[in-house]
Amino acid sequence: MKIIVPIKQVPETSNVSMDPETGTMIRDGVESIINPLDLYAIEESVKLKEEHGGEILVISMGPSKAEMAIREAISMGCDDGILLSNKEFAGSDTLATSYTLSQSIKKFNPYDLIICGERATDGDTGQVGPGIAAWLDIPFTTYVSKIKEVNENSMIVQRMVETGYEILEIETPCLLTVVKEINYPRLPSMRGKLLAKKKEIKTWGPDDIEAKRDYLGLEGSPTRVVKISKPKVSRGGEILMPKNESELDKAVDGLIEYLQKKEII
Amino acid sequence: MSYKDVWVLSEQEDGKIKLVSYELLTRGRFLADKRNVKLVAIILGKSIDKEGLQELIYRGADKVIVIEDTSLEYFLPEPYANTVTSLIQKYNPEIIIASATTTGRTVMPAVAIKCITGLTADCTDLDIEEETGNLIQTRPAIGGNILATIMTPKYRPQMATVRPHSNKPLVPDNSRTGDIIYEKVDKSILKSRIKKLEFKINQDEDANIQDADVVISGGKGLKKEDNFQMIHDIAALLDGSVGASREAVDLKWATYPHQVGLSGKTVSPKFYMAVGISGSVQHLAGIKTAENIVAINSDPEAQIFQVADYGIVADLFEVLPVLTKKLEALKQ
Repeated sequence: MKIIVPIKQVPETSNVSMDPETGTMIRDGVESIINPLDLYAIEESVKLKEEHGGEILVISMGPSKAEMAIREAISMGCDDGILLSNKEFAGSDTLATSYTLSQSIKKFNPYDLIICGERATDGDTGQVGPGIAAWLDIPFTTYVSKIKEVNENSMIVQRMVETGYEILEIETPCLLTVVKEINYPRLPSMRGKLLAKKKEIKTWGPDDIEAKRDYLGLEGSPTRVVKISKPKVSRGGEILMPKNESELDKAVDGLIEYLQKKEII
Repeated sequence: MSYKDVWVLSEQEDGKIKLVSYELLTRGRFLADKRNVKLVAIILGKSIDKEGLQELIYRGADKVIVIEDTSLEYFLPEPYANTVTSLIQKYNPEIIIASATTTGRTVMPAVAIKCITGLTADCTDLDIEEETGNLIQTRPAIGGNILATIMTPKYRPQMATVRPHSNKPLVPDNSRTGDIIYEKVDKSILKSRIKKLEFKINQDEDANIQDADVVISGGKGLKKEDNFQMIHDIAALLDGSVGASREAVDLKWATYPHQVGLSGKTVSPKFYMAVGISGSVQHLAGIKTAENIVAINSDPEAQIFQVADYGIVADLFEVLPVLTKKLEALKQ
């Protein structure tokens, strides 16, 4: 199997701090990591390779330091990596990003499968995976929680939706976006880390992927971020701090009254 | 080319219009009124309930375009994306919005690529800029830490998905009238390289947290798996569903469909109770549209209290038994 995994390097946002004045993220000292949801895509590709043989190529678009993310993916078991990094790619929205990634993927035809994480934790759009499939005109599905069967020309997958699970048969080559329910990403092995360190990671620009210039970067991006603001979070509710049993009892009574007032009970 | 009208992409299941589609009409109506244009509801299916179509009009649409075909019975990415694209190319709407459901978030990105236009995901607010008439799209990003306002100034249609349950449907107005038009599309675009073999309904009833009126969630503060049962007990007493923080899911106290937050599900219940949850930004972003939020946590500094309408700073192992007892007494 030839599997392609597009990944993104993102800021570590689980403990992010925001500048209260500007509403922007304080980037100093913020670590760059592989998008946590991409780890599930990487793990699934490595599992498929272990079972069916083949090779895994990781592709990432970003600044030169995104090479670190590619090396980490290789340390988890991916074979090769390509970094798409060029000033002409800067400022891409999901249309331009999916175009750029799809152009690079065309260079690796024929492939069997593209696996993406559900979405990136910084942009939170989940639009790049389906976008790549649309540019490549290959079948795709999203929210895959299990790959049940790999056949000669198709796969059977389980897709998680609001009310349950769909079992789908999808022709290959295809693109899947996977959810975290699908597996437990492994930690890089010692051997993997050594391999990743030595690996040569090629950097490609617009010419290498034969891209149409007006589809790239900010120029090729229909959407514009016009304002960033800080969400209002505080509701200024009533917060009780009971100090003893009877105060606690009163606090719970207050909660019950609240529920009654709001007609929840 | 001239682009006109606001479109909403409606969804159906077994021919019945879904509630999220009525919610979406509220958003569409607001935008269409501001632009002084028609609101058109698009619906794809095999055989769609006539009363449901009429209700789309009663709840805000000026016109409904229906495409019925056996290959559109349920959502499949290719025939759905191709059909919506062909309608857009025929009528040139100025704005098209869909619910940010698993369907909307799958079909819309493909449609946006086919139309070479911009798409903004999971918006929590939509408006029209007075001077330009452009769609103002607001959405949380970077783990809910910021709100980004996004526009699509030079490309049409302007496309966005809207977070489900972030607003209420309009009350049906039976005096509203509008055309219901059945369109045909070319059979060749309805081919699918995906087949649906089976559908398994989630047996785990209380995991349907997205549509629930009451959600009781537990987090790391519960300390161990056995204690998570207390959350199920309270939820049962309040006829609610059970949610969980990411930590609780990572610890296997609850399964992933229960996970509330940006990496799980967004919920908008009438009542949300967070027990032993500190309230990471990701978690808070997932409950922002809840009507009433109650928090129980022993840490007075826990962020969850910032969004709570009512909070108790105390050991949950002392609060929950008292609460359970009092709720049980009320039930009898």
